[in-house]
Amino acid sequence: MSAIQVVPIEWYLLLCTVLFTIGVLGVLFRRNAIIIFMSIEIMLNAVNLLLVAFSSYLSDSKGQVFVFFIMAVAAAEVAVGLAILMMVYRNTKSSDIDMLNKLKW
Amino acid sequence: MITTYLFYFLSFLTIMFALMVVFSKSPVHSVLYLVMAFFTIAGHYVLLNAQFLAAVHVIVYAGAIMVLFLFVIMLLNLNKETEPHKSPWLKFSAVIAAGLLLVVLVGSLKGATNIMAANNFDANIGLIENLGKTLFQDFLLPFEISSILLLAAMVGAVLLGKKSIK
Repeated sequence: MSAIQVVPIEWYLLLCTVLFTIGVLGVLFRRNAIIIFMSIEIMLNAVNLLLVAFSSYLSDSKGQVFVFFIMAVAAAEVAVGLAILMMVYRNTKSSDIDMLNKLKW
Repeated sequence: MITTYLFYFLSFLTIMFALMVVFSKSPVHSVLYLVMAFFTIAGHYVLLNAQFLAAVHVIVYAGAIMVLFLFVIMLLNLNKETEPHKSPWLKFSAVIAAGLLLVVLVGSLKGATNIMAANNFDANIGLIENLGKTLFQDFLLPFEISSILLLAAMVGAVLLGKKSIK
């Protein structure tokens, strides 16, 4: 039996909202750029989970195909982002994003 | 009935591990908690009859992305001592801002109208047969374009990771 038949869709909405907010909290709370990246991953996964829940709820497989594309984009984003982080570390000897404030007004 | 209890248990674990990613002191511990959070999300996918997606999620996230994170953390030699911290005032305002965002989102969801569920529930849409048909009939062009995206990301990562760019 699928969970969507016994659990109301509102619970999934609530769970994904809380997960997304935890991701936002991580971006605001930490200064380490790698932890901020992980928080972005949490946000992406909250959206993925909601897409799968609605795809199951409406019995439509298009939502699950979208999750595939989000996973591909997330993999590309992490590869490029971590390469940028490596370069930042090589130049500033720190993973603190508050060092990168040259563009700040 | 057991599905409902499994949902509550997995949701509790997911939220707890996600909070521990944000609040744990050492970056290595954060990565390990994130792997656990991804496994619980894979459990949610299994509960939702998306078995193939659960397998892909474990392979891509726990297998590839987390190894990349751990590799970079080991390479940069990050630990508890070198961890930068915000001032307590900024941390407090971050918690308040995130709490307000949660209140706004939940409040907007409360006023949303109900979407009717499909009247005949189909348990087979998460199987690889149906997903493959949808992917290669309706989404063929985005599928091919995403391969170009991955190639561009690979070239970009290699170029950024090179020692000197002249």
